[in-house]
Amino acid sequence: MTEATHRTALYNQHVKLGARMVPFAGYHMPVQYPTGILGEHNWTRTSAGLFDVSHMGQCFVMGPDFETTAAAMERVVPADIKGLQPKQQRYSQLLAEGGGILDDMMITRADYKGYEGWLYVVVNAGRKHHDYKWIADHLSSGVTFKPGEAMSLVALQGPKAEDVLAKLNSAARGIKFMHYESLKLDGIEAHISRSGYTGEDGFEISVHDKDVVRLWNLLLADPAVKPIGLGARDSLRLEGGFCLYGHDIDESTSPVEADLMWSIAKRRRAEGEFIGAARVQKELAEGPKRKRVGIKPEGRAPAREGTVITDQAGRHIGVITSGGFGPTANGPVAMGYVETQSSAPGTPVQLIVRDKPMPAQIMKLPFVPNNFKR
Amino acid sequence: MTVKYSKEHEWVKVDGDIATIGITNHAQEQLGDVVFVELPKVGKQVTKGGDAAVVESVKAASEVYAPVTGEVVEVNAELEGDPALVNREAEGGAWFMKVKLKDTGELAELMDKAAYDKFVAG
Repeated sequence: MTEATHRTALYNQHVKLGARMVPFAGYHMPVQYPTGILGEHNWTRTSAGLFDVSHMGQCFVMGPDFETTAAAMERVVPADIKGLQPKQQRYSQLLAEGGGILDDMMITRADYKGYEGWLYVVVNAGRKHHDYKWIADHLSSGVTFKPGEAMSLVALQGPKAEDVLAKLNSAARGIKFMHYESLKLDGIEAHISRSGYTGEDGFEISVHDKDVVRLWNLLLADPAVKPIGLGARDSLRLEGGFCLYGHDIDESTSPVEADLMWSIAKRRRAEGEFIGAARVQKELAEGPKRKRVGIKPEGRAPAREGTVITDQAGRHIGVITSGGFGPTANGPVAMGYVETQSSAPGTPVQLIVRDKPMPAQIMKLPFVPNNFKR
Repeated sequence: MTVKYSKEHEWVKVDGDIATIGITNHAQEQLGDVVFVELPKVGKQVTKGGDAAVVESVKAASEVYAPVTGEVVEVNAELEGDPALVNREAEGGAWFMKVKLKDTGELAELMDKAAYDKFVAG
């Protein structure tokens, strides 16, 4: 995964903007622009940040009608797909037979004439080849899968995102949280959902590769907008309490342990007709042994991924899965897993940083309140 | 006063037998925004090539290795309250520590400015 062989359609724009490029999930991606991670983070929280997320996997699940497709997809993911309204989007996961998380994703019900039986799915870049095969292999007959072709994806995030996008098409204001609209942006056909990974209001905009450079530069021409790299994307999502696949969730963790049960509707928990349901139902009934929590170190030293968490007596109770400095929280922030009996907010714990115990506290996530426009 | 540079991107400014040590401007550029600095305690014996301090950026933690051997006689407490000083004044106000040299001969193994610039340019 260290070798980058792919470029997004925006590669030359990143280089032109002076980005520091790094290999990420097989792509050359901008980790930061000359503004720097702190500045980019703060800009996104106060104005509008533009992210290239074209490395992510955009794909489609296709059946003859919505009911057929939804029924097939409910076997593959634990979310309530049948209950999706036209244009509505949901967060979900792919689970292994044993209930561990194989990836997380966004699923949207299409509402285009002739495409009513389609779901639009966005998965993580590093997992897309795995996911594509997994989904295709587990759909029932009559429902098929295909990866998107020549599709780019950019995210516009921050309190000024709506104003910026409304200048290109005022209908952008009407897009509801976790819904999409298909709108023209200066003539460019765009599929725009009101969603993101920063905890701010914002949009994720899917366009054809041939249009993305023009759209990128149109958005950047607005003085409220700056380009934002993966570095700030990570600190923003960490403060926002969002999981990063391969770090905070993976095949060893279940949605119950990861505190993602808000994404699994009551009907689905009760019915259990999805891959991995047995572990989810068992953990719901008995309670999980460990839970994903927020962790706030008391000092200024960040505690990084892999840091051991102990109780006050020095007994190992868990490990940090994401940790760093939160510019908006103005201090170190982290998340990780601890034994359930130590997972209540306010519980004092110790973090073993460079062989020394450092005082910390379990915190309710997110560290920075989400600023979604619901 | 001469300034010498290590391959681990530290600078060493020598005045008599006291060496003032910091990280180079190149190092701070590579690190990005510095958010935390852990300094050694005054009195600590550091060994050339051994751990001396830790500097953390938003992205990652990096060890600062001692470019010389000796006893830490002073640390720059200002960095604890204002770690971003490392980004603003890496080779000046943001010095990390002063070390009383055990062996001034070690300095000969460090690079001068011209050699360091060449080293960085690769």
